[in-house]
Amino acid sequence: MRVALFATCLVDTMVPQVARATAVLLQRLGHEVVVPPGQSCCGQMHVNTGYRREAVPVVANHVRAFAGAEAIVAPSGSCVASIHHQQAAVARRAGEHALADEAAALAERTYELSQFLVDVLGVTDVGAYYPHRVTYHPTCHSLRMLKVGDRPLRLLRAVRGLDLVELPAADQCCGFGGTFAVKNAETSTAMLTDKMANVLSTHAEVCTAGDASCLMHIGGGLSRLRSGTRTVHLAEILASTEDAVSPHQATTPAVSA
Amino acid sequence: MTAVFLGIPTAPPGVGHLRGDRSFPDAARDSLRDGQLRANLGHATATIRGKRAAVVGEVPDWAELREAGRAIKAATMARLDEHLIALEEQVTARGGTVHWARDATEANAIVTRLVQATGADEVVKVKSMATQEIGLNEALEAAGIAAHETDLAELIVQLGEDTPSHILVPAIHKNRAEIREIFLRTMPGVDPELPDDPRRLAMAARAHLRERFLRARVAISGANFAVAETGTLAVVESEGNGRMCLTLPQTLITVMGIEKVVPTWRDLEVYLQLLPRSSTGERMNPYTSLWAGVTPGDGPQDFHLVLVDNGRTAVLADEVGREALHCIRCSACLNVCPVYERAGGHAYGSVYPGPIGAVLSPQLTGVEDNASLPYASSLCGACYDVCPVAIDIPSILVHLRAEHVEAQTRTTPEALAFRALSTAMSHPRLWRLAQRAAGLGRFLARGRPTLPATLPPPASRWTRSRDLPTPPAETFTQAWAREHGG
Repeated sequence: MRVALFATCLVDTMVPQVARATAVLLQRLGHEVVVPPGQSCCGQMHVNTGYRREAVPVVANHVRAFAGAEAIVAPSGSCVASIHHQQAAVARRAGEHALADEAAALAERTYELSQFLVDVLGVTDVGAYYPHRVTYHPTCHSLRMLKVGDRPLRLLRAVRGLDLVELPAADQCCGFGGTFAVKNAETSTAMLTDKMANVLSTHAEVCTAGDASCLMHIGGGLSRLRSGTRTVHLAEILASTEDAVSPHQATTPAVSA
Repeated sequence: MTAVFLGIPTAPPGVGHLRGDRSFPDAARDSLRDGQLRANLGHATATIRGKRAAVVGEVPDWAELREAGRAIKAATMARLDEHLIALEEQVTARGGTVHWARDATEANAIVTRLVQATGADEVVKVKSMATQEIGLNEALEAAGIAAHETDLAELIVQLGEDTPSHILVPAIHKNRAEIREIFLRTMPGVDPELPDDPRRLAMAARAHLRERFLRARVAISGANFAVAETGTLAVVESEGNGRMCLTLPQTLITVMGIEKVVPTWRDLEVYLQLLPRSSTGERMNPYTSLWAGVTPGDGPQDFHLVLVDNGRTAVLADEVGREALHCIRCSACLNVCPVYERAGGHAYGSVYPGPIGAVLSPQLTGVEDNASLPYASSLCGACYDVCPVAIDIPSILVHLRAEHVEAQTRTTPEALAFRALSTAMSHPRLWRLAQRAAGLGRFLARGRPTLPATLPPPASRWTRSRDLPTPPAETFTQAWAREHGG
């Protein structure tokens, strides 16, 4: 299958290794990966902060960049949830009905990574090898808006060498919430502190999730504590094999595919 | 269009308890530092969450019940005027008197006048959010009438000269040692050796209240539901104190928000199943009191129903936000909300705290009077999941944020930033330049894997407690284009 990769604005700019891992994984599974060059952001940040008018051109750009794509995959539950639940709505509210229809049609072909692997490709064992003790945080938008269910866990259980440990109070929000982390920084920190305590109680080396944004928040806290526990995106774990160094272990973005 | 342009009045300032005097982040700061409060809240909400999940799990058709609860509310709100008029006719036909109050000021004046007409200088009260909302106790006090709360938790809050911090458990922020201290300090004739054993504390409250029940000539209640077709009022409670108030005094005054009406007796069936399981985690609440008008020789002989708008019509006018009026005040959303659990109810500044308060209060007062509340959520969606009438609270929060942004007349630095981002993100070439600017963070990091912790605001609000990774030299899309010829 020819898969269009939506890197998302955050992953593309801050953690390119997550998009790289997604591409490597899909190629290893025998699919052609294309990265539409005009892509930027899904518009979620604007919608959720209250800038729905300003979100419309961003949605238009997204629709333009991915027009004609057969299937679109993003390593982000919250961006895919926004594409499914918000894009058409903000366009329609702004009176952009043609754009709303295109966005709705595009959403039908847009998948979060674990959904795409399990539902569309029908695989749970992606041939990964990752010999670490790992705990999984089901991010709120993956869990409640997208309803990815246990798909990520099924994928993780099939990873050779991986020791999966259950995260206590897993379904509690980590406190990221986009601009919430800045507007209500202290409440966000209190939520993060409890999430970190639960992560650390598992003695996992790695906390993983399907959203780079939540991981940047949790990982930023764990790093500040000098806890030694790191955050790694689900895509990076699934991309790791016995032969290939996991992309996240590169100190600079890998240049060879 | 906002409620203001439609000319529908919101709840007036200066009366009642829908507005805090500080923004949510400022008010939350105090409670976040209060270890005892955090422990009390964490313990209480975790307990009630567990109970709720267990009893909801027992009901095989919960999803269908929830959908019925949502659908009845939606249909009722669509013809609210007709149902309210039917309710008035039925209440009047059964010997009651109906009063209409545009807002808190009018409602307080009506109730004060009714109490004064009886000659009483004190009343007993059934726990009621509507009377808390309009500040009735303060209004009565100003008129020389003492209002005694009889719900145990409301009593604790009243005696402690505190304010409620939870819809269902107003004293959730207090533990039993603190409650004992309040009783010893404020209850006349209390045993000075009173222990902090919950049973003994309840017995002390019982002795204190019994005297008031038997003395009272006037009672004031709220209503969980009002059935339009029969004029029946309903109060659902756990302690039986409400029933004492509803049956012993001569005069009963019920103050009710207009959204509490349900069309038929049969509709109660749905809500009497949804409410107790969602609120206290019980299969059925111990006391459900139902009354219609007056019955000669039995119970109150004079019954008044005060129907309060206080901004509700303005909420109804908002096609997205109106769903907040479906709320049956079960407080399930408070008990699952991670923000409520840390910040506590007082941070919301309104009698309606938690997720439902964050959407209801700003709508009742007008968004600008409670502008920080729509942002007091990480949009995690746990509230929507547990809501027994399926109110999509996260979507309303996002909608209210937009209402606030669009109501701004001055351009804020935030608005400028979001407009600039919008322009960049909708022009791929500009976006590449913006991404390169983000890469300048590498200059600040000077080879370290994270940026310095001392960044200027607003970035400092992130780096105060979290490391920010150093942005890479090259974005993914740039690298991909270079490798694959973009």
